[in-house]
Amino acid sequence: MPSVSRVVPESCLLIVVGLLVGGLIKWVGEEPPILKSNIFFLFLLPPIILDAGYFLPLRQFTENLGTILIFAVVGTLWNAFFLGGLMYAVCQLSGPNLNDIGLLANLLFGSIISAVDPVAVLAVFEEIHINELLHILVFGESLLNDAVTVVLYHLFEEFATFEQVAVIDIIFGFISFFVVSLGGVFVGVFYGVITAFTSRFTSHIRVIEPLFVFLYSYMAYLSAELFHLSGIMALIASGVVMRPYVEANISHKSHTTIKYFLKMWSSVSETLIFIFLGVSTVAGRHYWNWIFVISTLLFCLIARVLGVLVLTWFINKFRIVKLTPKDQFIIAYGGLRGAIAFSLCYLLDSAHFGMRDMFLTAIITVIFFTVFVQGMTIRPLVDLLAVKKKQETKRSINEEIHTQFLDHLLTGIEDICGHYGHHHWKDKLNRFNKKYVKKCLIAGERSKEPQLIAFYHKMEMKQAIELVESGGIGKIPSTVSTVSIQNINPKTLPVQRILPALSKDKEEEIRKILRNNLQKTRQRLRSYNRHTLMADPYEEAWNQMLLRRQKARQLEQKMNNYLTVPVHKLDSPTMSRARIGSDPLAYEPKADSENLPIITIDPASPQSPESMDLTNEEPKGCGGLPPSPEEDEEGLMMRVKEPSSPGTDDVFTPGASDSPSNQRMLRCLSDPGPRPEPEEGEPFIPKGQ
Amino acid sequence: SPGAHHPSALSLFSLTVTSEQIEHLHRRFKQLSRDQLTIRKENFDSIPDLEFNPIRGKIVHAFFDKRNLRQGSDGLGDEINFEDFLTIMSYFRPIEMNMDEEQLDHFRKEKLKFLFHMYDSDHDGKITLQEYRNVVEELLSGNPHLEKDSARSIADGAMMEAASICVGQMGPDQVYEGITFEDFLKVWQGIDIETKMHVRFLNMETIAHCY
Repeated sequence: MPSVSRVVPESCLLIVVGLLVGGLIKWVGEEPPILKSNIFFLFLLPPIILDAGYFLPLRQFTENLGTILIFAVVGTLWNAFFLGGLMYAVCQLSGPNLNDIGLLANLLFGSIISAVDPVAVLAVFEEIHINELLHILVFGESLLNDAVTVVLYHLFEEFATFEQVAVIDIIFGFISFFVVSLGGVFVGVFYGVITAFTSRFTSHIRVIEPLFVFLYSYMAYLSAELFHLSGIMALIASGVVMRPYVEANISHKSHTTIKYFLKMWSSVSETLIFIFLGVSTVAGRHYWNWIFVISTLLFCLIARVLGVLVLTWFINKFRIVKLTPKDQFIIAYGGLRGAIAFSLCYLLDSAHFGMRDMFLTAIITVIFFTVFVQGMTIRPLVDLLAVKKKQETKRSINEEIHTQFLDHLLTGIEDICGHYGHHHWKDKLNRFNKKYVKKCLIAGERSKEPQLIAFYHKMEMKQAIELVESGGIGKIPSTVSTVSIQNINPKTLPVQRILPALSKDKEEEIRKILRNNLQKTRQRLRSYNRHTLMADPYEEAWNQMLLRRQKARQLEQKMNNYLTVPVHKLDSPTMSRARIGSDPLAYEPKADSENLPIITIDPASPQSPESMDLTNEEPKGCGGLPPSPEEDEEGLMMRVKEPSSPGTDDVFTPGASDSPSNQRMLRCLSDPGPRPEPEEGEPFIPKGQ
Repeated sequence: SPGAHHPSALSLFSLTVTSEQIEHLHRRFKQLSRDQLTIRKENFDSIPDLEFNPIRGKIVHAFFDKRNLRQGSDGLGDEINFEDFLTIMSYFRPIEMNMDEEQLDHFRKEKLKFLFHMYDSDHDGKITLQEYRNVVEELLSGNPHLEKDSARSIADGAMMEAASICVGQMGPDQVYEGITFEDFLKVWQGIDIETKMHVRFLNMETIAHCY
């Protein structure tokens, strides 16, 4: 029995809630509030767009940019004129009520309603998990058509007040399109660069780093709107430009903050928008004219379908991956209208446009139709047509290597056959970026870090965290891969590691990380919407440790017993375990095995001299601790320690599980949180023999 | 016309490349070879943009790798003629709409085989750990301040990942010799190389000049 949320998309439910609330307010006798355009454009829309822009999947977006632009610009223009023209004809042909609606008014109406709405598209498409290509096509279109909408709207609104429309005005209109879109992008890029540059210097005031992102983006939006440029494009451009540099500069916590705030705000906005749509429907003055409304609806659908068909036929001549009829259907069907159309119409001056109420009614009808009917039926249709869904692929290090290799290969081939193609320019841009831009905008060492290394470190971190978590629950999944470094490079001998004493900061660091990580679970999901958030490793402490690692040059030794193996394709968290030579570690460390001493976590009693003072987190008498640079460097890796030569480390004396040094280690490493079972053997740092 | 003497290479291009484009390629070939009939490795040095490419060594090598010439031979040649040049270029032709399953599969395997040969520099049919390390080192060669260890660890991690994908569970005594072509296919399963690995031959108006 499918639950309501599986059948009805969230947006529909919210509108219904809005209707109920509006009805309730009216019933009580009060005047329900209408969604004021001011509030919508200034406060409700920007967070959604910024969220979309900041987390835009850039690679797919740029690969399909041509297609997206054609749909956004040509498609919207076609919709506007086709609809406007036909509605004018309808108005002329129908009764006396509609006769006085001029061509311009109809064209204005057409331009308002023709734009695909990003909020509605996001709300519906995110829930159906469609494949990335279609998602980015429809979504990208909904974002980029803002420029067209803005231009047409202002143009027709102005023209409606003119006596005559000269050809020169039309030409100006055409030029203004470029000004509006490119101007918006330019403003966005400008603010994006400022933000990136600012973030370079925020290493001492980490707390306000997120503020710059939000503030400058919003300023980009306002600046663009001020000059009647496309605010949406400014927001997108600023988000896209600032992201790589800002993320390289800011602390991990700031990154998390930004992500969560953006998701939160966009979530709230979206909810409010749909609820207000519902309320406004109840509250607004309506003028229902059967002919107008029905023909609007009809022509909207026809225009969309025709537009998509013709444009796809044209686009497919240039695309490598052609768009199949199934794809075309989804693109056409996904052309949802939403609150932007409503707000734009609401902004119209009733003095000039007496039929505003009728327009509003028609727009609301179309919105309701697209959101309810199309929104609800798209999911079963997607299943019925067996449209490719989003693949939950794991980003593996192999894939990253191969992708980069392929990029360089294709660039090379383009250079060899003398063809300045897509790869050539992308490579040039990357080189320019690396040479000049990164140096300006990224602080310190990170500016030189190649992408492969950054990616690899991220992956290590993620696996480390998952390891800690799965180790923390004491369960070991059965689908763990057992490949270790010995399997691929048997000649390397496990090297005796020297374990230097741990400094106070390192201890502190480790404890903090372990405490924070031990009792939480995280999910690894890739997504760019608020419904599924990405996992976030604790990178700040990691980064610091990483630097120390590079300084300590322990990499080779550590890697010998280090395992980074992603799981089998069945969903299980990654487990790392190290092996020593030919000593196999069983999956479940047997409690009776002498070779595997179990570490028991024994929260210290307050009276114990070796207990930790929780308030100031000073481990008393904690010295000479085992977590060496390895632990330090990994932070969260589970590993079997080398059998240390006597004297280097007195903690790993096997068997003496109650030795004071052992307890010292335990106390310093464990989180004296909820009391674990005394028998619970956590193979957290299993000792070697 | 150059096409007349090289029927086999042409047939590979039959549907997706016009004779106009083959003309372009021929002109380019003549530019690179300085009007000789063959190209040698040194001729590739005259392409300025190639210098920035971290894997230029492997790319140039691929042109002279006899395994890529579809003749079943092996080893390294010293020079290639226009037909060989075309043959190598044919690996980068774009996908055609009307391919059936079998053709698509063959198309894909062909491209992956080319890639595989690039990774497998000693021609022994598998990508060993050392070769993989070499690949990663080359990829990172544009960053001189990096330590060699970083490249190594990445390669090691990647190799372990590949081993676990291809073989799954391994006992501690088992040794994974290297990535064979079948394993390579498995690793690439998720990536649609047939759409990624192509060069647009459509617009050949801008022909670069070499010194």
